[in-house]
Amino acid sequence: MSQDNPSQAEFRAQVAAWMQDNRPADPGFLLPQTFMEVGSERVLEFLREWQHKVWSAGYLGMAWPKEYGGQGMSRDFQRIADEEMKRLQVPICFNVIGLGWAGPLILDNGSDYEKEKYLKGILNADDIWCQGFSEPNHGSDLGSIQTRAERDGDDYLINGSKIWTTMGNFAKYMILLARTDAQVERRYNGLSFFLAPMHRDGITTQPIQKITGEYGFTETFFTDARIPANCIMGEEGQGWRIAMQTLQYERGAEAGAAGGISILSIVMDDLLRMAAEIEREGEPLLQDPVTRDNLIKFMIEEKALQLAEKRIEIPALCRDYPNSIALSGKLRSTEFFRRMRQYALTLQGAQGSLYVGDQETIGGGFWQRAYLNNFSTTIGGGTSQVQANIIGEHVLGLPKD
Amino acid sequence: MTTSILNGTGNNALAFSDEQAMLLDSAKNFCGDKSDISAVRSHLQSDSGHNPEIWQEMVALGWTGIAIPEQYGGFAMGLGSTVPVIESMGRHLLGTPLITSTLASQALLRGGSEAQREQWLPKVVQGTVGSMALLDNEDWGAKLCGVTANQSDSGIVLSGKKLLVADATVADFFVVAINHNGNHSSNPALAIVEASQLATGAITANTLIDETKRAATVDFTGATISLDALLPHPEQALKDVRLIGALLIAAEATGTSAATLDSIVSYLTSRIQFGRLIGSYQSLKHPTVDILLQMDSSRSLIYHAATLIDDRPVAKDTEIACRMAKAQATETLLFAGDRAVQFHGGMGFTYDCDAMLYIRRAQWAQHQYGDAQHHRLHLAKLLLD
Repeated sequence: MSQDNPSQAEFRAQVAAWMQDNRPADPGFLLPQTFMEVGSERVLEFLREWQHKVWSAGYLGMAWPKEYGGQGMSRDFQRIADEEMKRLQVPICFNVIGLGWAGPLILDNGSDYEKEKYLKGILNADDIWCQGFSEPNHGSDLGSIQTRAERDGDDYLINGSKIWTTMGNFAKYMILLARTDAQVERRYNGLSFFLAPMHRDGITTQPIQKITGEYGFTETFFTDARIPANCIMGEEGQGWRIAMQTLQYERGAEAGAAGGISILSIVMDDLLRMAAEIEREGEPLLQDPVTRDNLIKFMIEEKALQLAEKRIEIPALCRDYPNSIALSGKLRSTEFFRRMRQYALTLQGAQGSLYVGDQETIGGGFWQRAYLNNFSTTIGGGTSQVQANIIGEHVLGLPKD
Repeated sequence: MTTSILNGTGNNALAFSDEQAMLLDSAKNFCGDKSDISAVRSHLQSDSGHNPEIWQEMVALGWTGIAIPEQYGGFAMGLGSTVPVIESMGRHLLGTPLITSTLASQALLRGGSEAQREQWLPKVVQGTVGSMALLDNEDWGAKLCGVTANQSDSGIVLSGKKLLVADATVADFFVVAINHNGNHSSNPALAIVEASQLATGAITANTLIDETKRAATVDFTGATISLDALLPHPEQALKDVRLIGALLIAAEATGTSAATLDSIVSYLTSRIQFGRLIGSYQSLKHPTVDILLQMDSSRSLIYHAATLIDDRPVAKDTEIACRMAKAQATETLLFAGDRAVQFHGGMGFTYDCDAMLYIRRAQWAQHQYGDAQHHRLHLAKLLLD
């Protein structure tokens, strides 16, 4: 953050001031820590209003073209706005599949018609997007996708089901990966990519209750659902390539995403603040030598993760295994947060056995939700164990099992 | 969704100059050429533990003068530039007195008088070896008072021993922590003692768990020094040298972790058991990935510390970086070396298997300039109080 030039520094201060002035009052219900926890209409409407406000103020889609609702500015400004939103822990910009996946994909690959039709609604939160990649029984192995899309006149006929559809019950559109050819030799070649409408006959959603007790995902069923043939992106058989392209935008505004924060950032400072309030045996917990040793271990790990993001920019210091940092970031950060949040509950003592809804919880059960929700990151997008296989095989060159 | 979910709190400076990159390249090549495993093994039983001709080549390359200012004949590239060289030495287990000598020269730079610097630093650049004599007991954080000093007509007469004095048999001078003139024992003075001032038989080689390293118990009893041999600013010098020592040992350990990982990967991709390459078993694959990730952390932390360290007194951020680097790097090497032995199966239990070299280095390195727990204890004071 110290590298800001004067105009960037001024902009950063301006964003910070706006966020502090406009941060919504406590709505009286728990706000989601991630975009995967939008489980009720009131939460949805709260977040829709917030995202609309952030966009109206000009802090979302800053690097997207003006004619599609953006600001046409440099990506640096969006990065700064995102950093400030993260630092100030304002509510998330929840329309993540649109902002971070579908939007940049349409900007890069879409026709003028598609850009006109979809982009502004993504930014102002009028149109919610969901993602239909994963299927029941196949986890993150996208090559095994079974949902069929058969050309029938001016339509595709969709049959099958998708799972872990975030906000599936609220979404107007889905980025859908489906099989258009079951005969090809390489199973990835039979997939196609669609910008599919959700409000169609034959499409139903079933909310999934999560480990936290909340909702936020659905299972989505397609039974002879018709979507217009022009919903396809690219050609039949290009779905795999486009899906992989979509995943590249996960790296944030610098990769073309609209920006905004999708996950509340919970860092060691938050854990230290919590620990500072707790006493054990009449002494502050932060004076306990065992606790101190454990906290410092976490702080060293957090520092190393932060530094990795800088070292990846210095090729001379990544010669041994050039793709190690890039391929291990997900595994490392999600597992770090899992253990750190688990430890937060350990430090709470008896109060750690309470849950959201009890008056006596620390922070309304913030850490309880944070820990349980974190499993979405160590499981989703390829479990930690799959990640370890990928690193072992693709970074170290170990044989497949 | 977002991979970058970490806040950039605190000082996360990380930079690597072209100069450092060139040093890293040339050191990697040099150490690889001069110190293959058979060369390493050929020195396990030797007195000095290193080849003096290779040491002279390192001197000729200028490595002894990297962190010494030009006015003393050095190359003024800064301590941060020693880190890639020492990491490369660790990678090939190249035994030399470079770490020892760098620390002794830093003690003079940071706490010595102009006359002391002018007397010794040009010699260090040319290959004269200095060594630090700090330890009275096993604890790097404990009081240093074992060597006492008494004023006599002929000068200051020392009495007492120091443990684990690195490369003592080849050192021309020692920087010794002593209790002088009622200095509180936790706040010792530093004195320069020349090897020629020691009594005959004063140096007794230690038998070390790491046979690639050399250290000795040095008895300073009877050595008589003048007041001029005392460093005028011992407190800052001692604090800084301990932290720089921690960083350099961490850099060396990180190089050795990389070598250990290479050795594991090589075995896992060639050894067949139960009809499969053993690297295909997840019970071996996943811990090996853990070693890689730990090594990544070590490398990020040592170069963060290398970015911050400079000629000035060690500041708080730099102290934090050095301590984190040491805590991380030697724990990484312990884990890697331990698993290297285990994953080599029956071979791993033999002296012939190179995993032996790595786990012994790990056990040695964890105790030099403070173990991980020692540094976490001090980090807690810096970060939690």
